Amino acid sequence: MAEIAIKQVAKRFGGFTALHSIDLTIADQEFMVLLGASGCGKTTLLRIVAGLETPSQGEVWIGGRRVDHLPPRDRGIAMVFQNYAVFPHLTVFENIAFGLRMKKLPQQEVERRVNRTAELMHIEQLLKRYSGQLSGGQRQRVAVARALAMEPDVILMDEPLSNLDALLRLEMRAELKGVLAASKTTTIYVTHDQVEAMSLADRIAVMHQGHIVQAASPVEVYRNPAARFVGSFIGNPPMNFIPATKTANGSWTVAGLTLPGPKSDKHKIDFAIRPEDVDAGNEGLHATVRVIEPLGPHTLVTCDVEGGLFRAILESNATIAVGDRLRLAPKADRIRWFDPETTNAL
Amino acid sequence: MHGKALPYLLLMPATLFLCVFFLYPFALVAFEAFTRDGGFTLDNFRTMAGNWKFPVAFWNTTLLAAIVVPIQLVTALLMATVVSRLETGRGAALYIFAIPLGISDLAAGLIWLAIFDQSGFLNTLLSNLGLVDRPVMFLGYQSKLTIFIAVVLAEIWRATAIMMVILVAGMGLIPREYHEAAEVFGASPWKRFVKITLPLLRPSLQTAIILRVILAFEVFAVVAALGGTNLPVLMGETYNWQFSLQDRNVAAAFALLILAISVGLTLFFLRALRVPKEARI
Repeated sequence: MAEIAIKQVAKRFGGFTALHSIDLTIADQEFMVLLGASGCGKTTLLRIVAGLETPSQGEVWIGGRRVDHLPPRDRGIAMVFQNYAVFPHLTVFENIAFGLRMKKLPQQEVERRVNRTAELMHIEQLLKRYSGQLSGGQRQRVAVARALAMEPDVILMDEPLSNLDALLRLEMRAELKGVLAASKTTTIYVTHDQVEAMSLADRIAVMHQGHIVQAASPVEVYRNPAARFVGSFIGNPPMNFIPATKTANGSWTVAGLTLPGPKSDKHKIDFAIRPEDVDAGNEGLHATVRVIEPLGPHTLVTCDVEGGLFRAILESNATIAVGDRLRLAPKADRIRWFDPETTNAL
Repeated sequence: MHGKALPYLLLMPATLFLCVFFLYPFALVAFEAFTRDGGFTLDNFRTMAGNWKFPVAFWNTTLLAAIVVPIQLVTALLMATVVSRLETGRGAALYIFAIPLGISDLAAGLIWLAIFDQSGFLNTLLSNLGLVDRPVMFLGYQSKLTIFIAVVLAEIWRATAIMMVILVAGMGLIPREYHEAAEVFGASPWKRFVKITLPLLRPSLQTAIILRVILAFEVFAVVAALGGTNLPVLMGETYNWQFSLQDRNVAAAFALLILAISVGLTLFFLRALRVPKEARI
């Protein structure tokens, strides 16, 4: 059982605040992804949980034990580093065995665990090699095997796939998900790749400028962004935002279309819709086609709506030409509204 | 001009310089060592080895190297570790540690002579504290051990920094992730040093040790300043044969012996601390 609780953790480097009072609880065996652009503080937060960085304030609890004053080795964690950190002077076997030897496990147990994890990561034929004789993907496997061999309560991963080429990344992603689910550890996984985050996570914590903007399941984060940033950061192409003007209480005009919306004392709010949640028809938002990109399964159409860019994903058999005037009907249950000042969802 | 020839052309001046000022004199010295009165002979080496001072000089030099270099290695590792960990003031610490490097070995010998001399700082201190009635002769011909210790101290003071500078540079080349990985996987600071830093530092250790060992076998001016002829060493004997005894052939034999020792030890450390290609960072 290893629930991780991060309580009011903040980190300041000199005058720069990397993390503002973060609160996050990660359930036992949960796969939590910290997602954000570079510089958002996600790696700093992971390193604080690992004990490689000291928080300026706040507490870190792992498995009901307060650990923020403990060195990394006493926290019951294992970690996979961005550049793998496979020791160059040790064979693959000794790399995987490193943590076990530090724990002074008997040789028999060391061998059993190394062989088991090597088999799990399909590197049993590489055990006698050195890091310099391995490809990037193989090193990655060694790094994961080394973490798994510890049979830790918690595995921390810092952008583990970012140095692999696209094809290998796809392969390792699926494999990691299977292996980690079977190992029953709690995982914190840092990435800037939203596809990786969506495909791996039980829950995603979206980070922005040292804050956690939203922590929820991938579908929830995608469907119901808690803030405008989440909608524009997640999804490719991102969510569309159009200013809406109040016509009556709970009724808003958006690009020539009147829609029921939230009751608000504001006169202007933002209407938001995902590109795939509109249909071309006889009614809807007034749009002028600017660019058409056929992508095979569907067509990405970039239009002008109310003087701003609006992207729509339409069926590929739609016959559209540049300059056409379209009416794009948003699916009623997919419409979201945001406060333009706080940028939070309404 | 062909692009292929250009690099060699650019290397020419340096190569010529080395040939004229190193290889040629070396050939001359080697020739002198193996000849006497125009004919090939091993007599010079026999004279060298037969002299009563030779075994003393040989053992003194070897013993000095065997004591000084390990102490310097440990001290330099310690200093380098401390300097590498500093977050601020690292440059300043490095400069201060490296001050003795800027002083010639003779000057270093004279500084320590000023300390151990009959009217030196140490005697002044001791008599001011009332610990001695009259000045102690630390460096007299009867106190070989004190001379030896003074030379060891002076050598450590003078030449540890060069090892430290090399090791600091080497430590900077080890990616931080390795230390962090070792830390996460349960290694204590001492284990991290032994299991990660030392093995990954091997190329720098090799350079530092080879450099220091060669310099240790060439020890001369510090000994001359502190011990005069009371502590014979190989380089001192070379000087002696060349200038006092006016026998350049035997002096050449000494020079070749020192060279042979240096080359032998260099080869030994190159092998002993070799890093296999596949295990490099």
